[in-house]
Amino acid sequence: MVIFTFFALQSSVFRSLSGVANWLDPASTLGIMAVAVALLMIGGHFDLSAGVMTGTTALTVGIVATEFGQHIWVAIAAALVVALAIGFLNGWLVTRTGLPSFIITLGTFLMLQGLNLGLTKLFTGTVSAGGIASAGGYGSAEWVFASRLEVAGVEFRVAILWWVLFTALATWVLLRTRFGNWVFATGGDEVAARNVGVPARRTTITLFMTTAAAAWFVGTTLAVRLTSVQANTGIGQELIYIVAAVIGGCLLTGGFGSAVGASLGALIFGMTQLGIVYLRWDADWFYFFLGVMLLLAVLANRLVRRYAEAARR
Amino acid sequence: MTDPGAGLGGPALLELRDVGKDFGSVIALDGISTTVRAGEVTCVLGDNGAGKSTLIKILAGVHRPDRGQVLLDGQPVSFSAPRDALDAGIATVYQDLAMIPLMAIWRNFFLGAEPTRGRGPFRRFDSARAKEVTRRELLAMGIDIRDPDQPVGTLSGGERQSVAIARAVHFGARVLILDEPTSALGVKQAGIVLRYIAQARDRGVGVVFITHNPHHAHPVGDRFLLLGRGRSLGDFAKGEVSVEEITRLMAGGAELAELTTELERPLPQKDGS
Ligand SMILES: Nc1ncnc2c1ncn2[C@@H]1O[C@H](COP(=O)(O)OP(=O)(O)O)[C@@H](O)[C@H]1O
Ligand SMILES: [Mg+2]
Repeated sequence: MVIFTFFALQSSVFRSLSGVANWLDPASTLGIMAVAVALLMIGGHFDLSAGVMTGTTALTVGIVATEFGQHIWVAIAAALVVALAIGFLNGWLVTRTGLPSFIITLGTFLMLQGLNLGLTKLFTGTVSAGGIASAGGYGSAEWVFASRLEVAGVEFRVAILWWVLFTALATWVLLRTRFGNWVFATGGDEVAARNVGVPARRTTITLFMTTAAAAWFVGTTLAVRLTSVQANTGIGQELIYIVAAVIGGCLLTGGFGSAVGASLGALIFGMTQLGIVYLRWDADWFYFFLGVMLLLAVLANRLVRRYAEAARR
Repeated sequence: MTDPGAGLGGPALLELRDVGKDFGSVIALDGISTTVRAGEVTCVLGDNGAGKSTLIKILAGVHRPDRGQVLLDGQPVSFSAPRDALDAGIATVYQDLAMIPLMAIWRNFFLGAEPTRGRGPFRRFDSARAKEVTRRELLAMGIDIRDPDQPVGTLSGGERQSVAIARAVHFGARVLILDEPTSALGVKQAGIVLRYIAQARDRGVGVVFITHNPHHAHPVGDRFLLLGRGRSLGDFAKGEVSVEEITRLMAGGAELAELTTELERPLPQKDGS
């Protein structure tokens, strides 16, 4: 709210409807990832490979559609299989070894970064996969992932609609299903959760696969929207997802947070990113802002934890 | 031994016969026998390292006894996992309680056994019913929770023990094992927990209450098993033994008398105020 008012007062473009459509766009793809990452963080884990996985899936769509000449939906399905396999591997390794997810997914992050470049070069001979628009069925994929909806004469990207849908779905799952209860419990105290019969291992693996599925969705959106994908797509984004989730109230220690919060975090992020551009400030300020918000959020989250544990013992 | 005072003495729910357990060369337990009856409280007393936790872990299916037998409803049983004991109606409330501090009371109450409604993809956690049942069950135990939505972490230690007891009773525990539920609590809080132990007993649950405090055990206990260095120092029915006797047996009378005189000697530096 404060952020919106700040930029809206300073810039008329920012508060215009087309301005809103503009800053909602980066917020939407980020938001879809932030929601999934928030679920994972509530479940007590991190996924550093989430960013690069959007690249992996986008490249898979590109390469299967163009180099193998497959129908676009075949390519998209192949990318989903790849994503779910990586998500499963992440979750399986974390639950099997008991090592921090931070270090396991740092490993998959580096591996995927190498694979993205290596395999792209191998198949296309360059560092990008392009010409996706010429694949069979591109029109229908574009309609699903990259169409624009006109509201009051301004075009909004469909990803915004998906973002709202995914946020609502994640909120429902978290608060209104058994699985949601298990997510909070696994992140809150895994041993205690297991003692009362919560399938903590399965919950963790499912969460990693959910994050991977979100990366697939965003990766596919990128591939269909841009029709050409760079091999370094998504690298560095993983931290931004985590920052958005933390700004939205997720505890770094797990067991607490919300999908709506993560979406708000993504919204703040989108507003700041474009707001600074509209004010013609140096883009460096963007990271300064982000850092300030992250620190404030972490301090506020600490109070939440204090409150909940106030009367312990 | 008979128990004329209790006046209950139904068939034994759970019975231990000469149970023993070794950890390598350490004999943690040897020759332990006692009974747990429905609607009675069996107290297990002993100093640190006496083998209390080892005993309840045998009952809870965490350890298997190396010697002797455990009988449930008169039949010998052998639990290979905590789940087996749970399925047989033996619930254990450990000191760490298995509750998630950041989660609401009603979410904790039903954790791992959430009621659902709807079908297929619309199957959902029936939160209205969960809240309702939580409030009702806690009230039935005489626990007045202000708001079932508050995180468990905001409850006091005694309240949390009580919620854990209510949960075990609700999910059909026939035998309820409590590992030192009062040891970390102040006098008032401990009193509250003792009341809930009595509540569970009155609802027909067989309670195994582990403590090292005879003053906590004596008012609620129907049977007292005293442990010392893994061996039984006696298995008494209520009325056969007083608080003082329990204290003396636990500490090894002479040692305690000596300690008392030693502590009572006024120190030169300290003044009386
Ligand atoms: N898992 C174990 N491995 C080896 N020794 C154990 C183990 N558990 C308990 N013991 C030993 O068994 C004895 C009884 O311990 P315990 O049952 O925890 O006593 P209490 O609960 O009465 O304090 C102690 O000497 C302890 O060191
Ligand atoms: Mg112990």
